[in-house]
Amino acid sequence: MNLMEYQGKELFKRSGIAVPRGHHATTPQAVADFLEQTAEEWVVKAQVLMGGRGKAGKIKMAAGAAQGRSVAEEIMATPMPPNRQNPAGEPIKSLLVEEKLAIAKEAYCAIAIDRAARKPVIVVSRFGGMDIEEVAEHHPESIAKFYVDTTIGYSPFMGRVLAFDAQLDHGYRREFPAILASLYDVFFRYGAKLVEINPLALTAEGRVVASDAKVELDDDALFRNPEFNEWRMALPLDEDELLAARAGVGIRNFRRFPGKVGTMANGAGLAMATMDAVANAGGQVADFLDVGGGANAERVRNCYELVVNNTGAKVFFVNIFGGITRGDEVARGIVQAMEQTASRKIPLVIRLTGTNEEEGRRILAQAGMTPVETMDEGAREAVRLSEA
Amino acid sequence: MSIFLDKNSKVIVQGITGAEGSYHTDRMFKYGTNLVGGVTPGKGGQKTPQGLPVFDTVRAAVEATGATHTCIFVPPPFAADALYEAYDAGITLAVCITEGVPVHDTLKVVGATAGMRIIGPNCPGLISPGKALVGIMPGHIFKEGSVGLISRSGTLTYEVVHLLSRAGLGQSTCIGVGGDPIIGTTFVECLREFKNDPQTKAIVVCGEIGGSDEEEAARFIAEHMPETPVVAFIGGRNAPPGKSLGHAGAIISGKFGTPQSKIAAFEAAGVPVADRPSEIPALVAERLAVRT
Repeated sequence: MNLMEYQGKELFKRSGIAVPRGHHATTPQAVADFLEQTAEEWVVKAQVLMGGRGKAGKIKMAAGAAQGRSVAEEIMATPMPPNRQNPAGEPIKSLLVEEKLAIAKEAYCAIAIDRAARKPVIVVSRFGGMDIEEVAEHHPESIAKFYVDTTIGYSPFMGRVLAFDAQLDHGYRREFPAILASLYDVFFRYGAKLVEINPLALTAEGRVVASDAKVELDDDALFRNPEFNEWRMALPLDEDELLAARAGVGIRNFRRFPGKVGTMANGAGLAMATMDAVANAGGQVADFLDVGGGANAERVRNCYELVVNNTGAKVFFVNIFGGITRGDEVARGIVQAMEQTASRKIPLVIRLTGTNEEEGRRILAQAGMTPVETMDEGAREAVRLSEA
Repeated sequence: MSIFLDKNSKVIVQGITGAEGSYHTDRMFKYGTNLVGGVTPGKGGQKTPQGLPVFDTVRAAVEATGATHTCIFVPPPFAADALYEAYDAGITLAVCITEGVPVHDTLKVVGATAGMRIIGPNCPGLISPGKALVGIMPGHIFKEGSVGLISRSGTLTYEVVHLLSRAGLGQSTCIGVGGDPIIGTTFVECLREFKNDPQTKAIVVCGEIGGSDEEEAARFIAEHMPETPVVAFIGGRNAPPGKSLGHAGAIISGKFGTPQSKIAAFEAAGVPVADRPSEIPALVAERLAVRT
């Protein structure tokens, strides 16, 4: 779960990281009310998960109530423009009104989980305010890393080493080890997968302030902090995740795609291989779906309905490797599911293996479905039917 | 021989009286695994339907039975604790089946339990066919032989094993290393063991998108075992970037974890990459024939 900037800054504040004075507002009126109390110029920032807010004109300056209102209205009037990863764009539901910093320098720091090293890694660069991928491409020598031994945790020498290695401006050096201590506290306390301050601003007066906040929490650790369930309500819904949850499958187990071949398999690896098999047969999938263990009638029906009602599937290719489960039971479950469903009917191609698989295939054929023996054969048949 | 597990390995089950634990205990027992007992706090002194003793703590189980291996079936919030308890009691190999373990828990456990091999979490376990099974794999599809197999997923492993067995290619040891971003035992650590195993004559690597385990495996093969026949497969070639597909670890982010990078790494190491699982047995057989 990725947090919005204002939510990330709330966690930063709790752990003692300096952030700009600010106010979170959900309407233009609330922005106007806040700016009425002061004469200074403030920054009004759209609260979205997508990047590129500045370029999209979603960060603007405003002074006073009238300008505050009109700027807020302008920002909220249109969603964030779509990009490759977010083809639908993102609506703007709230704004962060912040003090304008007199920024002298911008640096970068983050803590992430390094899969290969199996350790947290602290990453620092003296180039802030741009994508770290861009920094890695143009100034790879500026990036300093430290792999943290989790049995030690963070210790201030790590901050000193990083500040010197990354050649941070002198203005940062006194406070930097303590800022990293706080950032590590956020990372560790909330079980984050990523905490990032970009940019970490050094102001003209010599303050070091987190000008932006990016926090990715581990979905598997949310049970430890029930308050985040409320925070989730403020986040844009991922429709695929929502549909998956309603159908009773894991939120990572369902993804929609633009093709015509609906797919379902038991197990994520097999489900990915099923997508690949359809592509190899010259087709395009309508979804990725891991039905999980135990393909009983109710589960199969829910998954069938999930796919036919929410994708452009013209055929449903079910790929079940029944290692432990019995093939005849799975087959009866599928037949029963199709008798029960009130959703539109599309042809089913079913690849079924496991104990009693011949009996399973006989049951499916009797019910008018297309049982096949191998994944490749099933993919070819499904692609053919989707084009018929 | 085989790696990590043989017919003499003494195995306990943590969470042996739970629904999952008792079901799979029965299957492991019937497969012939040398199960010596299990642990459920508060149920010490009881016997399972197979006649296995239940203990309150892992220490008590190890003292009474001399167990070296454990199979963990506990809910996600308690998985790290179960692994620490196994480590404390001197267990040398722990298979953690549990799915949904917080990634920080795994990080801490992996960093603090040097000397104990952890397989998983979020994995189907391991099997040395004809000898022992520790995990949830369907034993009957495996066949004893000389192909070592490592994989990040469950049912895809079964698919490949089924194809291998039907083609007459038995297996020495098959390991599902797990689908999480942080796992206890990587492909490279498995390869290092296979390299020294006289039973293993060929290896199948079933990778998927995300992470760099496959690239590191390819590099290891090129450097340390260029003569060994190895065949690879990469699942999720048609996945879009930025979205996890099922496994928390199966995600392409930026330039990292792409199928192209993994395929290129294997090809550079002289390892053929099958376009589909059904091509794997023939590729393995070809390579074995060339070698002998």
